Amino acid sequence: MPDMQGLVNELIDKLKKRDGLINGLSFVLVLMLIRWQKGEGITGTALQTAELLRSVISVQKLPPTNKAAALINAVRDVGEKLIAANPVGEPLASFCQLSVGNVIRRVLHIVREEDLSPSSDEAGDNEEEITWLRDNTAPYVAEIIRPPLLHMLHTFSSAEEKSKSYIFGRSRKLKNDVIEAINMLIEDVNICYELIAEQAVEHIHHNETILTLGWSRTVLEFLLAAKDKKRSFHVFVAEGAPRCHGHALTDSAVFAMISRVNMVIVGVHAVTANGGVIAPVGIDMVALAAQKFAVPVVVVAGIHKLCPLYTENPEVSLNDVRSPSELLELGNFSDCMDFGSVDGAPLVHVANPVFDYVPPELVSLVITDIGGHKPSYIYRLIADYYSSQDYVRYGKDALL
Amino acid sequence: MEARRVPRAVSDPKVRQVGFFAPGAPPDRSQSGPPHPASSSPPVSDISPSGNSLSPVMIPPPRHLSADLARGPHFSPAAPLSPMRAARDSIPVGSYNPSEFVAPTASEFTDDALSPNWTARRSNSGKFASSLPAGGFDMSSLKQNNFPASSLTTVSIVNMPPGITEKDGGAGVEVQKERSKTGSKASSKPLKEQTTKAERRAIQEAQRAAKAATKGDGSKTPAASSGLGSSANANPGKAAKASPQKKDNSPVAASEKRGSDRPQDKDRKKDVPHPRMQFDDKSRVEKAKKRSVVKQTEAKNRVELFRHLPQYEHGTRLPELESKLFQLDPVHPAVYKVGLRYLAGDISGGNARCIAMLQAFQESIKDYSTPPEKALIRDLTSKINSYVSFLIECRPLSISMGNAIRFLKSKIAKLPLALSESEAKAILLSDIDRFINEKIILADKVIVRHAVTKIRDGDVLLTYGSSSAVELLLIHAHELGKNFRVVVVDSRPKLEGKLLLRRLVGKGISCTYTHINAVSYIMHEVTRVFLGASSVLSNGTVYSRVGTACVAMVAHQFRVPVLICCEAYKFHERVQLDSICSNELGDPDMIAKVPGRKEIDSLDDWANSDNLQLLNLIYDATPSDYVSMIITDYGMIPPTSVPVIVREYRREHLWT
Repeated sequence: MPDMQGLVNELIDKLKKRDGLINGLSFVLVLMLIRWQKGEGITGTALQTAELLRSVISVQKLPPTNKAAALINAVRDVGEKLIAANPVGEPLASFCQLSVGNVIRRVLHIVREEDLSPSSDEAGDNEEEITWLRDNTAPYVAEIIRPPLLHMLHTFSSAEEKSKSYIFGRSRKLKNDVIEAINMLIEDVNICYELIAEQAVEHIHHNETILTLGWSRTVLEFLLAAKDKKRSFHVFVAEGAPRCHGHALTDSAVFAMISRVNMVIVGVHAVTANGGVIAPVGIDMVALAAQKFAVPVVVVAGIHKLCPLYTENPEVSLNDVRSPSELLELGNFSDCMDFGSVDGAPLVHVANPVFDYVPPELVSLVITDIGGHKPSYIYRLIADYYSSQDYVRYGKDALL
Repeated sequence: MEARRVPRAVSDPKVRQVGFFAPGAPPDRSQSGPPHPASSSPPVSDISPSGNSLSPVMIPPPRHLSADLARGPHFSPAAPLSPMRAARDSIPVGSYNPSEFVAPTASEFTDDALSPNWTARRSNSGKFASSLPAGGFDMSSLKQNNFPASSLTTVSIVNMPPGITEKDGGAGVEVQKERSKTGSKASSKPLKEQTTKAERRAIQEAQRAAKAATKGDGSKTPAASSGLGSSANANPGKAAKASPQKKDNSPVAASEKRGSDRPQDKDRKKDVPHPRMQFDDKSRVEKAKKRSVVKQTEAKNRVELFRHLPQYEHGTRLPELESKLFQLDPVHPAVYKVGLRYLAGDISGGNARCIAMLQAFQESIKDYSTPPEKALIRDLTSKINSYVSFLIECRPLSISMGNAIRFLKSKIAKLPLALSESEAKAILLSDIDRFINEKIILADKVIVRHAVTKIRDGDVLLTYGSSSAVELLLIHAHELGKNFRVVVVDSRPKLEGKLLLRRLVGKGISCTYTHINAVSYIMHEVTRVFLGASSVLSNGTVYSRVGTACVAMVAHQFRVPVLICCEAYKFHERVQLDSICSNELGDPDMIAKVPGRKEIDSLDDWANSDNLQLLNLIYDATPSDYVSMIITDYGMIPPTSVPVIVREYRREHLWT
């Protein structure tokens, strides 16, 4: 992908004009972009986000009281800036928002969990409890009345000089726990492929015909794992035009072939709370065809792709539109572009969306690293992995 | 469906031979029971009173096509004889065998039969259906006709002997059984006083049917019941016998030497679609290879599922064929040229290919002179056959071309022997001209006229690929000043939609362009889907450019009506359920290459990998459930009425 390299350079140029903190974050973004480019996709960005948050937490100085809230605020702050720093919009917007948001929510959840756990709660710090409760019950209010971080640091550090050593130990403890948990999260994300692929044998049998669309590392590993177990099967790969990550069958031939297919296995971008999936464009069509012929649609997704968001119009609001030049060589159409209708609007529009939203009715099974689930159960998983007070959607138009 | 096929089971060959109906005879179509031998006894009680009271009252609708359209998907056995039947019978439509007709159910074809789900989304769907143009079917007349039909049913019940008063499907069978016990004579007694000509015919016919049924009681029944599963116009017993006899594997050869004076069942037998050449049959492929003009090398790495279809190395044939220009004396240069252009992909699209072929045939007929001691009819037919097999080697025939060839051959076969050669040639040339003009060019104009009534201001129309009929329609609608937007959906590898987009934009039509993956993204804003078709098969399946099925499916899901624009000459009596049994394979290299994206090169050496096969399908089959309406030159019809068009118009217009 040579044009990606140019994109990265352009990105770096733009970043140089930005201020300090954002600059640091943008560097992370560049790293993400590179990982994305290397084909790690969403998982790469998730890992990168987790690593970033880990370092943010490790350098964060904690106030003696309500340490958890401080951590949460810090993480949130970074998250918002991470989204805001999204400098080019494209292609970062397409992959960043959901995965970055998911990881940030996961980390926030981890902080809350660790904070609640008895090991860190032994001192029974009243003030902290109250703040935590306040945060818990009214996140919106908490956000508004939250004192600025720096201010908090100053006031508390001077006021409670005496108990500094104790507090230091306490905050160290919380921080360590959180960082450990984040390490586990990173570990989880790293091994999600293997965990998912382990289940392949249960789902793929001998002489099956499988259809997939586009390119997905999860699907690849899933199929390879089945192959390693000496199962022989056929795979139809629809190419996923115009990005053409996959190949060997035109997308339009999906309907013709689906009647001979035993199972559709696709990788996705995100799984929403209602069990629907945000997937590379074209999969809705495949899922519909599969439904027509009663072919099961299996979605393989790491747990970090679970997304607590649910919007009423996901095919538009959770989507991204890419350059028309992927579909049309605009040079060839330059003569047509001159035509304008009465109101001067151009005659040609090109729709080049990146994602499809597949409603949960069309999904038979979601295989995550912790096992297979019906789409209707996804809400429960999400409740396990995220805290409800983080479902808030904030930022102007960013999904965090 | 069971009930609908019963008349077929009943009319065994013997009945057909004798039962040659003149127009006006209402046949025994009202039987609704299972294929029990007794059920073939005359259902006089149903026919006669209704027919009787019908003839003075009912005014035949202007087109009998409209009556055919009334055949809805559900058959209610309690409506034995709809007035439209009688109305149709009173129109001299030629020598079709009415006993083969299934009973129409006028009641089911309301506007939501076009698309069962429209009403869910669009409140004005009623308007849509009732605004059918004059050329189509007249809904209001249909609906009016319904009511007399049901009232007539009660009349017929009244005339029945006491004891049979139930009116549902089960009762119908009982009626039949009872009739057969009492005997056909007895059953006809209450009708003696009715002396209409049509009446007597009906009684006669019924008696014959009864006789035939009792004769073939034991032996015919299994055949008849097995015929239930066969296609609508196939004669089950005869077809089974006939098919092994046909050795010729050219798909078009079946229809040659068709005589108008033949008995009808033989004619019918010929209509059974000929089995296609299966390319996984080694011996046949060998035979075909010996005959072939073009040397073809089988492509490597073929998809196992498609072994039965021909796939050759692309790129090797063209140069070789070009070098053979002067050696191929059996092929006329004009045909040769067309063949080369097919091979190179210069001409694509059903209509363009068909016209090019017919014009090449015209050229060759102009230059034709009968060799001494040979008859023009035979010699020219064999010449055409050799041309056709040459063209098949260049690219498999489309169904429309097959139909055109059948037409030409039947024209040749029907040339009067007395004609001189020049006269015969002149007739053939004008026949071909007429075919091109009437069946293709004029047909397109009629289709456009019909279809344009379905475009309203503010519509967003979606089309897929590049269909000539749809393009004409869009341009015409734009010229009429309608205000609409077009979504052109395209698909790799051919990207025909780009050309369409360019032409439409050149005309000043506002367009949106996208790829087929995004079809469910764009479908939200679409209000109508207009699609072209390569062929429409007898079961309502639309056989078209690959991807059409996807588009139709998504449109169906989003409750957007799907309108298919297809000329009636492309209709075919074949039936097909999936896109695998019969299809065409394109050049697999087209899939490996992505123009303008050099970085995608993972498949450059795909041929060397044993595990990878590329599949480039050309067509797919859209199930009729997804089709709201088919717009043909005979009007706008639901997909269930395709066999009607095939049977009625094929026989009358194309083959005579």
